[in-house]
Amino acid sequence: MNSLVSRFSTTGPIAELRKAKEVLGDDDEFSDAVWGSEAGFGSLANGVPKFSIPQVPDPSAFLRLHTDDHSDPSCRIKIKHGTTTLAFRFQGGVIVAVDSRASAGSYVASGTVKKVIEINPYLLGTMAGGAADCQYWETYLGIQCRLHELRNRERISVAAASKYLSNLVYSYKGMGLSMGTMICGWDKTGPAVFYVDSDGTRLKGDLFSVGSGSTFAYGVLDQGYRWDLTDEEAQELGRRSIYAAGHRDAYSGNTINLYHVKEDGWKFIGNYDVSKMHYEGPNGVGYGYDIRTEGRSSANPPATQ
Amino acid sequence: MSIMEYNGGSVIAMVGKDCVAIASDLRLGVQSLSISSNFQKIFPVTDRIYVGLPGLASDVTTLHEQFRYRVNMYTIKEEREIEPQTFAQMVSSTLYERRFGPYFIEPVIAGMQRTPSGSYEPFIAATDLIGCLNFAKDFVVAGTASSELFGAAEGLWEPDLEAEDLFETISQTLLNAVDRDTFSGWGAVVHVMTKDKVITRTLKGRMD
Repeated sequence: MNSLVSRFSTTGPIAELRKAKEVLGDDDEFSDAVWGSEAGFGSLANGVPKFSIPQVPDPSAFLRLHTDDHSDPSCRIKIKHGTTTLAFRFQGGVIVAVDSRASAGSYVASGTVKKVIEINPYLLGTMAGGAADCQYWETYLGIQCRLHELRNRERISVAAASKYLSNLVYSYKGMGLSMGTMICGWDKTGPAVFYVDSDGTRLKGDLFSVGSGSTFAYGVLDQGYRWDLTDEEAQELGRRSIYAAGHRDAYSGNTINLYHVKEDGWKFIGNYDVSKMHYEGPNGVGYGYDIRTEGRSSANPPATQ
Repeated sequence: MSIMEYNGGSVIAMVGKDCVAIASDLRLGVQSLSISSNFQKIFPVTDRIYVGLPGLASDVTTLHEQFRYRVNMYTIKEEREIEPQTFAQMVSSTLYERRFGPYFIEPVIAGMQRTPSGSYEPFIAATDLIGCLNFAKDFVVAGTASSELFGAAEGLWEPDLEAEDLFETISQTLLNAVDRDTFSGWGAVVHVMTKDKVITRTLKGRMD
């Protein structure tokens, strides 16, 4: 009797919860807590997650007003920008290399960001632009890829996975999503790299670099790239390219994360400090110009001591 | 786009026991593009004064020339070397002359000031870009990493550091602060001044 009363009463904790649910538009009989939080992905049973939208005439203009740090550097919310990421296809698979700096304006907010998102053992996504956007939607993509696997008893192709993501971000076009990503993996067709961004662009290719330091990375990448690179050469090229960007681009740097995708899935190769690469390199020979050329000319005589 | 952040760079000065130290990074950039890792921002004025000029690179050169001219004129007319306190006032007036079209520089001054008794005492000062003087007893900072420098210095500095300890303190403060600033870094230089000598060291810093 008491439970019946409380169920229909307009005061008390249960009524409060009911009211809260109405406000949130959550009409489920059971709260998400019953099923666990589903890693923050809410009620997947309802399909694509729903987001609450600001109650103003133009929601995306409202968001832009408070977040766009190009037009207004003093605005309260600064979305993290600045990155160098690259991925390329070659004879031995796919190399994925990224830096680890997150900057908010001129402040280095973090030097240990994971910009490679491990979607599943065969798929990697890279992160440039809005960190939260990339992280959320690529994790979401991972869920959808797993569901595809369960439904079709077959791993999703890189083409299909990237298309799923590009269609998804396209449906939010103009709402302020910011992501420039490479979906990399190995499927039936072999190694594959797709570039997907929040404008809705989706490109298939052998070699991409994304972010504020991409021009520096492309410089090194283009001059060293060949299809028949050995595994070691390819890993070195990826690492050297990100180093170049970390060195020259103020918004990139700190450390390099290197991955190699082969037929049996991706493998994490290592984490390398950009400054250590400058002075010592991966095996004793520094990447830095002054270090490399020390003692070779009168302009840069051998160090005394 | 801020002109003060166009080229990047930071300077810090600290007081020790019968010594002062001034240090800067060595980066010159154009916004996010780093160009040079040996851009001098700290200049000797006399044997006992150094001035650091962080800010717009073109104004670093212009102001350095301007100060050199004025200090030389002072030396000729007065027939003696300029004192740090006097030089600080000169820096202030030079900047205020351009009150309505300023040089985009925030100078930092460090030196050993002669006392009436004939000994020397440490002197540091900093101004904003239109010449408001700030005489500090502990440390002064300027440049794109100024907030990071304040934080690091507030934590590391203590009174009456000997020259070698002051070197360690200012070096760690600078190196750690510029690593949190995208527009500063790419190496550093430190000058430690006592009453009879200056020790200059170039530091190996992060190159990213």
